[in-house]
Amino acid sequence: MSLDPATVMAIIAMAFATYATRISGFIIGPYLPEQGRLKQALDAVPAAVLTAVIAPTLFNSPAELCAAVVTAIAARRLPALGAIALGVGAVLLGRHFLGPW
Amino acid sequence: MSMPSVLRDVRSGVIGILPIALAAVPFGLLLGSEAVRRGLSPAEISLMSLIVFAGSAQFLTVSIWSHPAPWASLALAAFLINLRHVLMSASLSPKLKDFRKSQKVLVAFLLADEIWALNEKRAMKQPITPGFYFGAALGLYVIWLAATVAGTVLGETLPAPETIGFDFVFAALFISLVTGFAKTWRALSVVITSLVASLLFKSFFGGTGFIVAGGLAGMIAAALLPPERKVGL
Repeated sequence: MSLDPATVMAIIAMAFATYATRISGFIIGPYLPEQGRLKQALDAVPAAVLTAVIAPTLFNSPAELCAAVVTAIAARRLPALGAIALGVGAVLLGRHFLGPW
Repeated sequence: MSMPSVLRDVRSGVIGILPIALAAVPFGLLLGSEAVRRGLSPAEISLMSLIVFAGSAQFLTVSIWSHPAPWASLALAAFLINLRHVLMSASLSPKLKDFRKSQKVLVAFLLADEIWALNEKRAMKQPITPGFYFGAALGLYVIWLAATVAGTVLGETLPAPETIGFDFVFAALFISLVTGFAKTWRALSVVITSLVASLLFKSFFGGTGFIVAGGLAGMIAAALLPPERKVGL
C-alpha cells in the first residue's frame, strides 16, 4: 500500500473540484425564484440534463439506437427495472446482428 | 417522524439503487484495474473512490494520469466533467425540505449521477426524505468502493462491461427516467432541444462540455415555451 504525495494531492484537488460542483446548487438554491421563466428553466433540468448525458451513447452504433427505442417504449408500460433489462437484452442482440454505422 | 418510517425509507432507497449499483460493479472493477495499469497504487485509487466518488470523472482522469501527477490539470478535468452537478444540485435543492443544513453538506458529497436521477424520480411522486436519500447514496457508495478495490486485485481477469451489455444499463436507466419526465409537449421539446444541442456541441467541439451545453439549451427552450399543456404521451 503506497501513497505518492503528488498523486494524493491530485486526488484531494479532484475531491474539492467535484464537491464544489455538487454543493453550489444548494448554496444558490435559496436564492432561486419560485416562479417565472427561470423557474421554468430549472424545472426542465432533469429532462434536459438526463438527455444530454446519454445523447452521444445513443448514436454510438445502430445497436444502441435500436436498444434506446426499445427501452423508451418499454419504460411506458413496465417499471424501470424491466425496461432496463429489455434495453440491455436489445443492445446485446443488436451488437450480435447489426454492424457499426 | 417515527423510527419505522425512517427504516422504511432507508429500505426503499437501498432497493431503488440496488440494480443500478450492481450494474456499476463491472465499471468499478474496470476502474480499479485500469488505475493499477496507469501506475496508481490500490491505496490511491481506493482513496479516489472514497473522497471523489464520481465515476465518469474518475475514468477520465485515470485515463490521462501521469507521474508525478499534474494536480491542477487533473482537478480542472474533474471540475469540467462534473459541471453538470451544478445544474443537478440546483434542481434538487428545493426538493430537500426535510433536510437539515448539516445533512445537505453530506447530500452534496454523495450526489453522483445515479443518486441524483433516482431522487428526481422519487420527487415526482413523493417527498425525498433523508432516509431514502442516504439509503440509496450509501448503498452505491459502499458497492462502488468495494468494486474499485476488488478491481485492483482482479485486474485483467475481468470481462469487459460491454461483453455483457452492462455498459448500456446507465443509458437505459436514464432513458426510462426521461420517458417518465417527458409527458408534456413542453418536456418533449426540452428533450429534443437538449438531444440536438448536445449532439451538435459534441460533434463540433468534442470533450465533455456537451452535457452542460445540452442541459442549458433544454433549459432555455423551457424558459421560452408557454406553460404546460398535458398530452397523452
